Amino acid sequence: MPDALQVLNNGVPISWYLMLSAVLFALGVAGFLFRRNIITVFMCIELMLNAVNLSFVAFANMHKQVSGQIFVFFVMVVAAAEAAVGLAIILTVFKNRETLNIDEISTLKN
Amino acid sequence: MDYFFFLLFALIAVVSAVNVVVQRHPIASALSLIGVMGSIAVLYLALGAEFIAMAQIIVYAGAVMVLFIFVIMLLNAGAEERRGRSWTAQLLGAPVLVAFLGMICYFIQREFANAGFMKFGNFSGGSAQSVGLALFTDYLLPFEVTSVLILIAILGAIVLARKEMD
Amino acid sequence: MVFFIITLIKIAIIAFVLLTVLAYLQWVERKVIAHVQVRMGPSRVGPHGLLQPLADVIKLITKEGVMPPHVNSFFYLLAPFLAVFMALISISVIPFGTQLTVGPYTTWMQLTDLNVGILFILAVSSMGVYGIALAGWSSNNKYALLGGLRSSAQMISYELPMSLAIASPLLIAGSLSLREIVNSQAGYNLGFIPKWLVFAGPFPQIFSFIIFMIAAFAETNRIPFDLPEAENELVAGFHVEYSSMTFASFFMAEYANMVTVCSIATLLFLGGWHPLWPVEYGSNFFAPLILFGAGAICIYHGLNPARPLDRYTLPVFGIVFFGLAGLMLFPPTVPILMPLFWFLAKCGFLLFVFVWIRATLPRFRYDQLMGFAWKGLFPAALLNLLVTGFLVALAS
Repeated sequence: MPDALQVLNNGVPISWYLMLSAVLFALGVAGFLFRRNIITVFMCIELMLNAVNLSFVAFANMHKQVSGQIFVFFVMVVAAAEAAVGLAIILTVFKNRETLNIDEISTLKN
Repeated sequence: MDYFFFLLFALIAVVSAVNVVVQRHPIASALSLIGVMGSIAVLYLALGAEFIAMAQIIVYAGAVMVLFIFVIMLLNAGAEERRGRSWTAQLLGAPVLVAFLGMICYFIQREFANAGFMKFGNFSGGSAQSVGLALFTDYLLPFEVTSVLILIAILGAIVLARKEMD
Repeated sequence: MVFFIITLIKIAIIAFVLLTVLAYLQWVERKVIAHVQVRMGPSRVGPHGLLQPLADVIKLITKEGVMPPHVNSFFYLLAPFLAVFMALISISVIPFGTQLTVGPYTTWMQLTDLNVGILFILAVSSMGVYGIALAGWSSNNKYALLGGLRSSAQMISYELPMSLAIASPLLIAGSLSLREIVNSQAGYNLGFIPKWLVFAGPFPQIFSFIIFMIAAFAETNRIPFDLPEAENELVAGFHVEYSSMTFASFFMAEYANMVTVCSIATLLFLGGWHPLWPVEYGSNFFAPLILFGAGAICIYHGLNPARPLDRYTLPVFGIVFFGLAGLMLFPPTVPILMPLFWFLAKCGFLLFVFVWIRATLPRFRYDQLMGFAWKGLFPAALLNLLVTGFLVALAS
């Protein structure tokens, strides 16, 4: 019994954070491969980026350095820039093809 | 207490992530993604990264996802219809995913079993001061390059979204 | 364990006081707008209309909550909940005064002091956009959708100058925690000019204050920036399909946002709970003096009543004011009540300015509004930040 309390007192193992990050990343990959709506596919990309951010912050905590968090900062900036340009591309594609289903946007010319 | 918060917010994150993938209407997926980002922000707080947690909510959940929701509302994206998917995808999809995840978790457990524990408060280097110090001393060049990147993104979005001048 | 109980008591007190203040803020607004327009405002329900908010709440609760069949019901019900939640949760990091000692327990008059407190406020205000956007979209009505999109675009456009206007005093204060920011404004220059960030520091933050207040008007959807929700534009905009309690919750969220931005302006620029002139020159007697004056005015008008019921109600108010003035003079409570009084006086003055501007100014057209944000306020805020940073670097 005191052994279990000792384990509870130690804190959460870092490997649990990494496993959570892997689960979220795998769910993002699954959504990216299986969904048909182009905006949902884009959102699954953001989910993958968030999962990777979580593992970076967990490693920053593990090694007691702030560099992991700096990396997260840059990933966030890149994700924001990518979201802006990607959504502008989606708007243009919708104006031309009038559909959001990626199966129907799969050829270069109509 | 650390276990309780981790399990609670990890559960919320995983359930919201499954919802992102499974929901048919893009707005429901977008709101579930905001839920994922919020719970990940709380996990960042537990890991001692308070500045990054607030930046996650301000930038990701408060700006990028607003952009997504604007585009979904402007394009009037409706619920996805259920088309026929191939038999391989339907049969093998979930089991392959679970097998892949099991493999990854096994490797993580093998490598990082004794990597250390996370107690709330054992890492205090995540304050705005330490992040700012590192950004402006060690990582100054990438910081300036990201500002150029944001400028390029602004220009790209404006060029793509303007009406054609005939 | 004691910490949890004290925090729960503080939460109960703050929640109760806040919700009462929100209801009576609407009374103040209606009375001030009425007197600006040379009419009387609510005066029938209770003396001087003081029970009008109670009547409004009873009406809104008992009104039939019509949920139209064509709305997307989950998001329709989620939107006011999100709006109110985000509006109320930002009160949790605002310090109302200094330390409070009751018996053996000492606690600050603040629910929690995050060391990234000001970033928390920014984060919660950027999440407040979702309530309005979802309300507009889920109503399945083109006017509501347009109003919701316009309001969301306005809120995210004005978040930029607001964040930059907040960043400038942070450079001088040197910390993100709200308590530290107020503590850095203690003391007096030349013996009697307060070291508030709007007057002092290497660069007086008067421009940041003005930019912040303008952006705050736009963030809270108040006149002159309330095009998305005005009654004669777009058939009332994003809340056109809402009725009774859901409609009331959007307005509660708007008033709570107003209280939040006025509190932030007080903490960042006007010195929080520090008095306007030093205690040695008698600033502790300012509050009892004002309350005595209010009591005297009430009793004078009670003796020459303008309305028949005033003969009885106004003297009662006068006695209440005298009692409060006596409480402010009582030495053991002075160190607790004085900082609270100064904070409430400054915040109340800014709320009065909000209501005053609503009564006086016309509203902007939407393209003028957005042009003003991006072409006017944003460069001004950037320039202000640049000059502040330059002067702070020179001074250190």
